[in-house]
Amino acid sequence: MVKDTTMGSRIFDIVLITLLTVITISCILPIWYTFALSLSSKTAAAAGQVWLWPVDFNINSYIQLLDEGQFFKSFWISIQRIFLGGLLNFIIVAMLAYPLSKSSKDFKHRNILMWILVFTMLFNGGLIPLYLTVKSLGLINNIWALVLVAGAQGLVFNVILTVNFFRNLPKSIEESALIDGAGPWKMLIYIFIPLSVPVLATVTLFSIVFHWNEFLYGLIFMTREEFYPLQTYIQQMVIVLNPDIMNEEQLKMMAELSNRTLNAAKIFIAMIPILLIYPFLQRYFIHGITLGSVKE
Amino acid sequence: MSVSTETKEMVTSTKPMKKRNNSPKSNSFVKHYYLMLLPGFVWVTIFCIVPMFGIAIAFQNYNPAEGIFGSEWIGLGTFEYMFVLKDTWNIFFNTLFIACLKIVGNLIVPLVFALMLNEARNMIFKRSVQTIVYLPHFLSWVILGGIILDIFSYGGPVNQLLALFGLDEPILFFAKAELFPYFLAGSDVWKEFGFNTIIYLAALTGINPALYEAASIDGANRLRMLWHITLPGIRTTAALLAVLSLGQVLNAGFDQVFNLYNPLVYSTGDIIDTWVYRVGLLDLQYELGTAVGLLKSVVGFIMIVISYSLAYRYTNYRIF
Repeated sequence: MVKDTTMGSRIFDIVLITLLTVITISCILPIWYTFALSLSSKTAAAAGQVWLWPVDFNINSYIQLLDEGQFFKSFWISIQRIFLGGLLNFIIVAMLAYPLSKSSKDFKHRNILMWILVFTMLFNGGLIPLYLTVKSLGLINNIWALVLVAGAQGLVFNVILTVNFFRNLPKSIEESALIDGAGPWKMLIYIFIPLSVPVLATVTLFSIVFHWNEFLYGLIFMTREEFYPLQTYIQQMVIVLNPDIMNEEQLKMMAELSNRTLNAAKIFIAMIPILLIYPFLQRYFIHGITLGSVKE
Repeated sequence: MSVSTETKEMVTSTKPMKKRNNSPKSNSFVKHYYLMLLPGFVWVTIFCIVPMFGIAIAFQNYNPAEGIFGSEWIGLGTFEYMFVLKDTWNIFFNTLFIACLKIVGNLIVPLVFALMLNEARNMIFKRSVQTIVYLPHFLSWVILGGIILDIFSYGGPVNQLLALFGLDEPILFFAKAELFPYFLAGSDVWKEFGFNTIIYLAALTGINPALYEAASIDGANRLRMLWHITLPGIRTTAALLAVLSLGQVLNAGFDQVFNLYNPLVYSTGDIIDTWVYRVGLLDLQYELGTAVGLLKSVVGFIMIVISYSLAYRYTNYRIF
């Protein structure tokens, strides 16, 4: 950018940096506040004394959380879910994207198959038919309901991203492998997958974040608390408002009865896996967003 | 005989690039292509295509014991009932209203933010800002809902802050039906603006720096450069995003509404998806829930097709 050091420009810079800083802090402040709240005493929280620093610093809410066995059971279910979901997504996306990245000259029905997939992305039967399908498959209270239903939804989008990436790889690499006698499977496993780490990492992270954050399927496909994934469990424990609330007084009372420090601890712990993979998210998601816009 | 076919093959193999698709090798590849597609298609068929046939429920007097093959067909009765219900009009209006607020906010705020960030010259500052503002996008509405409900609660920090400014009685934000749609839009924009900035920033890096240098030599100040170079440079991206967001007019965001609403704000905050969940799955009115869901799917599908074809026509955008 061109240097401009006039007085007006300097004032402009100061205002700009102040504004940007304020907006940026607004993104992190609620999260920091939750952390501070989780480390404060219950009385301080109830009296509204907690701002940006823990008041009466203690880790009681985390100790109390240790007694809540279901929280960790749900945490474990979510871990299993992202592992299964991420792995399955990786394998299936690669296997779908490779044939579909061929031109219709090499693979005659490529276009029609692609359109079928895209149609499933754009149109759906709605929540109730989905629920009845899963129920008739006998997957109620089975973790595979979570893995397969949620996984099927982002799948096509991930395939499109990967197909676009595969198509942009230099044709000469494929041709030389072909001359060396590589078949489709070898081509996919030894040539395409290693060359497509950026896009495959992106779609795998997409699917991991989606599986971690998704709560509705846990709510409708799991009938007992012991099968809830973490987000569903937190939704039920922290958020769910009594659907019978009919007036403001009841709403106020609900808020006063809730254990704010314990809730904050739960919320904070549930954020940790996302914070841990955040550096990767940064690197690959931004890549992924711009990948989607690159066409041959 | 066999020698001649071999020579023929050798002759063809000298120019494999042109004839590859006709060679027997390529045909045997196709078999493997289908094998590769099989597991994925089975997956999509069971969990995306089979449920589509479930829309039959909307035209039936559905009996769970009999399934969709055994239930009695009643034609459009459920749809007639649906349009008589006052709820239906209300949830369609709410959905449209909330979704439009979000679309407008999510187009404008990230654009302004990207322009501001583009003007900041310190790279370390820029990077740090970007790193932080992307974070809320990756957190679920369960988590953010929990945080927001606490912050805006009766005794929460926002009310404490307002009290410092002399407000006597704390505001019960989540009981104010008239504020609720704006609250949803605001918190959604807060969550997503950073992430939505990425695409604008990518477009901004595509602008040729020589243009700025030339403008500077011609004596343009920063405001003029913004107006004559930066804005025209990202016009296409902004237009494309606007057109594509047309496909979202019935997506008011189930996760967010579900985690923030309560019966006091149903009148303005209840959307199609939350209503379908309550009526269909909690009250077990399968036919009604399916019918409303179907209407949403059909309208949503049409809107997406329109937006994609507009985007293709005017900016040559295509998804694959």
